This record gives sequence, C-alpha cells and structure tokens, in this order.
Amino acid sequence: MKYETQGIAYWYFVCAMALFVVQVLVGALAATVYAVPNFLAEILPFNILRMIHTNALIVWLLLGFFGSAYYLIPEEAERDIESPMLAYVQLAILMIGALGAVIGYTLGIHEGREFLEQPLWVKIGIVIAALIFLYNVSLTVLKGRKTAVANVLLLGLWGLALFFLFAFYNPSNLAVDKLYWWYVVHLWVEGVWELIMASVLAFLVIKLTGVDREVVEKWLYAIVGMALFSGLLGTGHHYYWIGAPGYWQWVGSIFSAMEVAPFFAMVVFAFTMAWKGRRDHPNTAAFLWTLGTPVMAFFGAGVWGFMHTFSFVNYYSHGTQVTAAHGHLAFFGAYVMLNLSIISYAMPHLRGYAPYNQVLNMWTFWIMTSAMAFMTFTLTFAGVVQIHLQRVMGLTYMEVQEQLALFYWMRLGSGIFVVISVLMFVYAMFGPVREQALGRTRPSVMPAE
Amino acid sequence: MAERFTKSAARNIFYGGSAFFFVTFVALTIHSHYYMRTVSTDESTLTEGVVRGKHVWEKNSCINCHSILGEGAYFAPELGNVWVRYGGREDPEGARAALVAWMQSQPSGIQGRRQMPQFNLTDQELNDLSDFLEWTSRIKTQGWPPNDAG
Repeated sequence: MKYETQGIAYWYFVCAMALFVVQVLVGALAATVYAVPNFLAEILPFNILRMIHTNALIVWLLLGFFGSAYYLIPEEAERDIESPMLAYVQLAILMIGALGAVIGYTLGIHEGREFLEQPLWVKIGIVIAALIFLYNVSLTVLKGRKTAVANVLLLGLWGLALFFLFAFYNPSNLAVDKLYWWYVVHLWVEGVWELIMASVLAFLVIKLTGVDREVVEKWLYAIVGMALFSGLLGTGHHYYWIGAPGYWQWVGSIFSAMEVAPFFAMVVFAFTMAWKGRRDHPNTAAFLWTLGTPVMAFFGAGVWGFMHTFSFVNYYSHGTQVTAAHGHLAFFGAYVMLNLSIISYAMPHLRGYAPYNQVLNMWTFWIMTSAMAFMTFTLTFAGVVQIHLQRVMGLTYMEVQEQLALFYWMRLGSGIFVVISVLMFVYAMFGPVREQALGRTRPSVMPAE
Repeated sequence: MAERFTKSAARNIFYGGSAFFFVTFVALTIHSHYYMRTVSTDESTLTEGVVRGKHVWEKNSCINCHSILGEGAYFAPELGNVWVRYGGREDPEGARAALVAWMQSQPSGIQGRRQMPQFNLTDQELNDLSDFLEWTSRIKTQGWPPNDAG
C-alpha cells in the first residue's frame, strides 16, 4: 500500500462481502421456493426474498466500486484521498441505508418499482453518499495526476450518480414510467458501469502484467467507446413491447447486437496484455480472476444477451427464464467477478502480506464460476422449454412452470455450490493467512505494488 | 499504421461518439415519450382509480413475483394482459369480479403449488388495482405477448 488512505477500501470491501453473503443466502432461499413452493410462503414470501436478493447485490456491487475507486485513485492520482473522514461517513450512510432497507423489506416496508424498491429516505441517502463520494474522489484527481484510468472511472461514477436521479421520477403512465426506469437500469449496467468495469480492469492489467500504460489506456478508450456507442441506443432492446414506437425494434436490434463487441474486446485485451506482459506477478489468484472476468462477462452479458436481443427472437423470449439466465451470468461475469478480482489483488496490500491463501482463492474461482455457468444452463433450458410450451403452444403459465421443476431443482443445487464458494472466498480473503506467496522466478524484481 | 491510432485519437473518438449517440438517444426518448402519451396509451382513460391502482401495485411489490409487459420476476404469471385472459374485453364486470375474488381467496394453501400472499386489500384498493390492470391491457405493445397465456 503506497498511500495510507487506500486503507479506506478495506472497510468498503468488508461491507461489500457481508452483503454478498446476504445476497447469495437469500438467493438460495428463493431458489428453494422455486423447488419447494410452500417453503417460507407464510413468513417471507417470494417477492420479499427477491427484493433482498437483488437489492443486496446492487448495493454490494456499488460498495465494491466505491472501494475500488478509493483503492486505485490514490495510485493513479499519486496523492492521498482528499478526506478519509468523508469516505467513512459515506460508508456509514450506505450501510445504514442498506440494513434499514433489508430490515424494512422483511416487515413489508418498501416501494415497488423493480430494483428501486428502497424507501424514499434510503434513496435520498444514496444520493447524499454519491455526492460525498464524487466530491471526495473528483477533488483528489483534480489535484493530482490525471490518467485515462482515473478519467474513465470518474466518468462512469458520475454517470452512475446522475442516472440514479431518474429513480425519483415515477410517472403515473406505466409506459412512460418504464421508458425512464430503463434510464437507471439499462444505462447503469449496459452503460456507465461498463466504464467502471473497463477502467478497473485496465488498472489491474497495468499492475499485474506491467504492460506500458500508453498501450493499456488506448485499449481502454477503444473499449469504452464501443460500450457506449452500442449501449446507449442498445437501450432500445427494452423498448420493444412497452408501448414505445416500432422503430425501436430496428434500433434496438442493431445496436444491442453490437453490445457484444466491447466484451469481446475486453477478452482480447486482457489476454493480449497478459501475453505481452513481462512481469511474473506473485498474485496468481488475482490474475486468474482478472482474466476470468472478461471471459465470463463476454459469455454472460455478451453471448447470452445477444441470444435473445433481436426483436423477432425477443418477441417469444421476453420475460421468461431465458431473461433470468442472462441476468444471472451477466451480473456475475461482469460485475461480481470484477469486484472479486480487485479484492483479490488489493487485500494483500491492505492487510500488509505477500499474496496469501491463493490456492483456496483459486479453488473458489473454479467452483463459483462453474456453479454459475451450470445455473445459467439450467435456467436457459428451462426458458427454452417455457417459450415453446407457453408462447408457441399456448399452455397457461402455471401449467408450464410445473413442467420445469427438474430445472429448478438443478438450479438450487448449483446455487448451493455458489453459497459455499462465496463463503470460501470470504474466508480466503478475510480469514487467517495460512500461506504466503514467495517471489517465484525472479524474487529480486518482485513488484512493489 | 499502428501509430496512426494514438491514445488521444481513441479518447477523442470516445468522447465525440458518446456525445453523438447520447444526444440521438435523448432525441428518440423525447419522441417516444410523446408517442406514448398520445398514440400507444389512452391518457383520457388514465383516471384517478388507475393512478391509485398503480400505487397499490407498487406498494405491495407485485412485480417481484409477477411480470407486467414482460418485466418483473418471472415467478408468477404475466399481468399486462391478465384483463384479456380473464375475458375483460367481452365482460368487464365479470373479469373485475373474478380478479377481486382471486385476490381475496389467496393463499390457496395447496401443497406443491406456488403461494400468493394475502395482501388484505380494501374494496377500494381491489377496484383501483383492477382499473390499473384494465388500463394496462389497452397499451399498444406492438402485438406482444404472442398469445393470451402471456
């Protein structure tokens, strides 16, 4: 750790991992309800479980992004974070909001637009926290060295905060409501979050491979360019069937088909740089996650998104388990794995050890990734069967769901492995340090960062 | 050749292109907003009851089991066209009575079947929710869903 204030990231990562555990545990409960429908029906109905599952995910990913920013911005700007105190205030606001929301949900206190169920006071808290954060990191960058990594990261984080403001606009016309609801949801995950992802990935690649910054940053601009050129008008793939004009079927199909490009570019980028890199970095676990992230994002967000993005396909697949399959692998591959990558990289520095518990961490990688892939396959098969029976044959929804029970049992099985692997990851990162990496081939040039 | 595509060229393309596509997207959004309010939905029938019904829909987090116009949780049936499925086009009073009776009879308690909670809605709320679902069923959705199963 070069700068003392990078230590702020530690507490963001701790809180992020706590909510990650909540997310997957409640996800496993929800998956159990799919397999055993009467489970918890009287105590915690499915809608409450799902709200906790999705909201905990969103908040922990945000905490991970904020933590990543606090970790990497001092190194990029070459100065300490402007105000560590504000950073902790921000964290406290977010955690009080998150815990308040989760407890409120179990008591039935919530709003009801998907993913934006947080009560008004929590939404306002999120805005205040975002303002504090933007003030803090922007000032740090403005007073320090300005790099492309920091610029793109800041642009992504500013966009994140600005588009969240649409969460406060809830028109009474349902079609118009949906039009702007996607300004938060799509422009986050298929827009500005991709800027955050690409910049954090670029930072990791610079550190892990030692490839020249000029080369990495050129790639970075090219990737985020592709992300926004395709992703902005790609929002159209959500506007096919909500009462919007018919031209969105053309605009959405063409541009969202191109949303594969930035993810494919990230795969090529990460592997090319790893190949070119001269450095034999001792943190092999972080390297594994960093290479795995673009691969799984390419499949989850890219391929699985492409599969049902054309309007003539989406006409049949819209709102089925195919969407659920895509949602799970896209969030995991792009954003969960990104956070686990930077945590794997940063934690040894934050705790003051050489890279530690790497074998366990790498086991975690393979188990979690395989389990998520299996979950995605089961949901995809369930979705295809559902589409045929329901959308083609015209069977009723509940009749069709009974035919899918086998897939839901298999999904539950894979979900349990995800829970196990998440607990393993938390233990590997925050538990006792049992083995540390030695300098491997060239101990004399072991990198300092 | 390789040097021609420099970092600053990449940066300028990124900023310029993103600004262009963002402006285009906002322009199309404005048109879509206008189209929704004048063509694809009927705002003259967007009554107080429909507005209150949307609030009932939100307050009870219906979307975290059901989907509406295909968006939601996929755990329970699509409700964008539930009004049509219940025969509301031919017999509005019958569909309304059936919806209200369904809501009031939950949970079914049947073993091995997904349970819908009892939300204890008042008569007013049940009526408002029906108004909302009826209004929603008339949104012109480019012909989606493919059939009444939703």
